[in-house]
Amino acid sequence: MSVLIPTSLHEALEMRAQHPEADLLTGGTDMMVEVNFNHRKPQTVIALRRVDELKTWSIDHESRVVTIGSGVPYAEMEHGQLAAMLPCLAEAARTVGSPQIRAAGTLGGNLGTCSPAGDGLPVLSALNATIHLQSHTGVRHVAFHDFMTGPKRNSLASDEIITSVSLPLPNGWQGYAKVGVRNAMVISVASTCLVFHEQNVRIALGSVGPTIIRCTETEQWWSTLPESERVLPSSDLAREFGMRASREAHPINDHRSTAEYRRHAISVLATRLLQRATSHNKGTKS
Amino acid sequence: MSEHQMYTLHINGEAHHVKDAWIGESLLYVLRERLGLPGSKGACEQGECGSCTVVLDGAAVCSCLVLAASAVGAEIATVEGLSPDGSLTDVQRAFIDEGAVQCGFCTPGLVMAVHHLLDHNSDPTDLDVKEALSGNICRCTGYGRIFAAVEKVVSVRTGTSQ
Repeated sequence: MSVLIPTSLHEALEMRAQHPEADLLTGGTDMMVEVNFNHRKPQTVIALRRVDELKTWSIDHESRVVTIGSGVPYAEMEHGQLAAMLPCLAEAARTVGSPQIRAAGTLGGNLGTCSPAGDGLPVLSALNATIHLQSHTGVRHVAFHDFMTGPKRNSLASDEIITSVSLPLPNGWQGYAKVGVRNAMVISVASTCLVFHEQNVRIALGSVGPTIIRCTETEQWWSTLPESERVLPSSDLAREFGMRASREAHPINDHRSTAEYRRHAISVLATRLLQRATSHNKGTKS
Repeated sequence: MSEHQMYTLHINGEAHHVKDAWIGESLLYVLRERLGLPGSKGACEQGECGSCTVVLDGAAVCSCLVLAASAVGAEIATVEGLSPDGSLTDVQRAFIDEGAVQCGFCTPGLVMAVHHLLDHNSDPTDLDVKEALSGNICRCTGYGRIFAAVEKVVSVRTGTSQ
């Protein structure tokens, strides 16, 4: 095994081109568990810890797009400016592992691993994220759902590095909720991100399918409802929203939970998020 | 760096050379088994228990999840560095005085997490404390004595102790 420690993106891309077999390492919270338990013996590791270009974020105020470097730790998304602009991302970040894990873990790592349980991924889906990839020969900009192709599978080429993600800011309510066996230090059993933009709703589900699932049928159904019902949905309508979302899930039984419970959890999470989203409409509209 | 190449880590302000080690070793393993710094404890080796907490470039992280060789060039602070002369810090003293140490295995990680919290937030709320320590598992105390120790340090540091 060898370890390469580039100190610039240019150097990292050169190393990546020379070592297509290499594993890319950021926070280490996935890979090192496998290495510690001898489940993985990487041949070559390119550690991106010192590539500063990956550790910054920016906002384009004109287009209202936030671009977050793949090496920005979750801890930086929990508070401050990023959290103010992207509360659903902050809420998801806050559910990642523990403070120690959030200080290390990154969106780039979540995307590299591409586990359906990755806490940041439903957020990227619901925000219509674009994933920016770079190789020594050029750049690619890939929609999130074209990037994540299956459980722990993505369309990253062997000479590419995930450099950043772009998140167009929605102009409506956004939120994230997750169910696990307890509050802290837990891998998701089911998670949901809900985002309102213009008059549309977007809903993305984690841990209940081979990839993150966008509930396009539920979103479509919602858009056909009269505005009065969308602004202040009755509890029956909110429950129907949850039920419809849960029917779009494809959960399995595994060591973390059962398919039946996961489907139920999605129905509850989606209903709850919709009620949170619309509760502040009470009093402002009659 | 190849399979057994030597590398240098900066720990508690000193350079430590890591020789004859496998390049895939975690920082926790290197600290304990290669460098004679066994203060950081190894329990879960998967980032769940926090007993191996160190501060890496200003962030409290699990040293079991840091590839040691990737920490070349980083500033690493371990529990040994809190008080190089062997005396106790106020946090360590409060842990003893308040009965927050029972089996003691989680203590170094908790002490690191508490110092890190108080370095960034001198007057944390109960929720701040609970959240900051949520990555450190203690199976003896039930946390009550640990929170009492943190409260004691805060009250002394802020001059509000009785």
